[in-house]
Amino acid sequence: MALTHQEIGRIAHLARLELSDDESGHMLTQLNGFFDIVEQIRAVDTSGIAPLTHPVAAIAPVVLRLRDDIASEPDQRTANQQNAPAVERGLFLVPRVIE
Amino acid sequence: MSAAMSSHGLALHEMPLSTLAQALRSRQVSALEATEHFLARMHQHQSLGAFLAVDEDASRAQARLADERLAAGSTAALEGVPLAHKDIFVTRDFPTTAGSRMLAGYRSPFDATVVRKLAEAGAVTLGKLNCDEFAMGSANENSAAVPVGFDSAQPVRNPWDSTRIPGGSSGGSAVAVAARLVPATTGTDTGGSIRQPAGFCGITGIKPTYGRASRYGMVAFASSLDQAGPLARTAEDCALLLSAMCGPDPDRDSTSLDRPAEDFSRQLNDSLDGLRIGMPKEFFADGVAPGVRAALDAALKEYEKLGAHLVPISLPRTELAIPVYYIIAPAEASSNLSRFDGVKFGHRAKDYTDLMDMYKKTRAEGFGDEVKRRIMIGTYVLSHGYYDAYYLQAQKIRRMIADDFQQAFKACDVIAGPVAPSVAWKIGEHGSDPLADYLADIFTLPASLAGLPGMSVPAGFGEHGMPVGLQLIGNYFQEAQLLNAAHRLQQATDFHLRTPTGF
Repeated sequence: MALTHQEIGRIAHLARLELSDDESGHMLTQLNGFFDIVEQIRAVDTSGIAPLTHPVAAIAPVVLRLRDDIASEPDQRTANQQNAPAVERGLFLVPRVIE
Repeated sequence: MSAAMSSHGLALHEMPLSTLAQALRSRQVSALEATEHFLARMHQHQSLGAFLAVDEDASRAQARLADERLAAGSTAALEGVPLAHKDIFVTRDFPTTAGSRMLAGYRSPFDATVVRKLAEAGAVTLGKLNCDEFAMGSANENSAAVPVGFDSAQPVRNPWDSTRIPGGSSGGSAVAVAARLVPATTGTDTGGSIRQPAGFCGITGIKPTYGRASRYGMVAFASSLDQAGPLARTAEDCALLLSAMCGPDPDRDSTSLDRPAEDFSRQLNDSLDGLRIGMPKEFFADGVAPGVRAALDAALKEYEKLGAHLVPISLPRTELAIPVYYIIAPAEASSNLSRFDGVKFGHRAKDYTDLMDMYKKTRAEGFGDEVKRRIMIGTYVLSHGYYDAYYLQAQKIRRMIADDFQQAFKACDVIAGPVAPSVAWKIGEHGSDPLADYLADIFTLPASLAGLPGMSVPAGFGEHGMPVGLQLIGNYFQEAQLLNAAHRLQQATDFHLRTPTGF
């Protein structure tokens, strides 16, 4: 399997990354090199094997914890927004999305 | 300045952390003196590029508070001990960049749980340490952040040979300890990022069982793999630090395990008589540099003298760990890094036409090449039509790899092998070939995928006089036993005490 320039463009769009033609060319070569070593996993027989998400689940069930649905965090809006590129009246500013 | 000395006759930076902690508790030295001493060393050796941020006033303020607590009789384990954190942990008192342009200037409104727990144990923060961007790398050549004393991004330099890489991604963490700029540091290990730089820099580092240390406040790379751990000179120091770092964090980290904090020092001096050390044949095959192999063989002989038995074992899917890891980790990274969109925090592009264009330009400018590559790989393997063939298949093989370890642990108590196939390579040697770095991770990836505790212990020197790390892997929750095995080796050898020339 080899990726094409067109596929690199499609993946970059899904990943919200702008790539120059130059970068796109490098990416194509490098990703194809990478997927050459990935091919060996296709040959592994994994029938009947359950995917492992939390590694410790390999020896004992790991239960996803749930807590009561109550507000427990202090209001940190001002502190959090200090890192925002653009804020006005407590709101994050973005380019217009609704005409 | 004159180096502060204790009754041990050692300068403060020559003492292991546990000795320094004792000197602080007995008030032979103040926390402020210790802080000043290490800040001076940091500045003296800033050409290594280890530190990304210092704030002397903030460190001094923390030290004065520690001195007040010491005066009031505090016996906290790390009271007044200077530490530095990998710049992956968010901190209120210092900026956090994760080694990325994306987070230049970022200030966290809170401390990571690990940072908070170490501060509660009395530690003073000296600063933040260089690392590969978002912890993605094996050489610390992927940092885009500007170290203290420089005006542009730099590769971090190995104090044993400044033309060589320190390993990664916790490169600054390993260098700072190896060059005695700080008694101990924090790091994170996703696929070997504590063990490999510790090995390449001749120090000791441990990654606990996945879920032991809270991931809250660690800038996320691959959430099912990321674990925090300490880097220090000795196993004894690592045990002390790890005991302070671990413990459940149920309200902050959904994958934190409900296992109480432990005293990981409790077994340090246990006898190794009868300990079964598994030697996976795949870890001792061709492809390991002769100098590395010779150092490991000598370390294993020491273990036999201490009463341990060497047992041949097999981890048959060792090579598969490379593709499996480099599918799962980028998949999780592509998801985690989607939060960097130029809206709520971090870099935003200056010129754009609309929201989509803003996202794409922001991410193109903010991320470095390796991060982009992994986001691309991750996005692809999670995309429609490829998920089953790549991501799901990788997760299934991940279970097989974890099962292989359980099979192996029927015949042995700990597993030994190299941390890496070679010693640290030259800066720039792998050029623009990311695969060369990926392949060099072969021996650390299996334990990462299985979520097992693993450590690197100084085992002598190999090619070019560079340090060699012995990797020890334990079964789940067996950190105390691992540290015991490492400590006993360190009582029989002095590799962990060797200091690079000029430091």
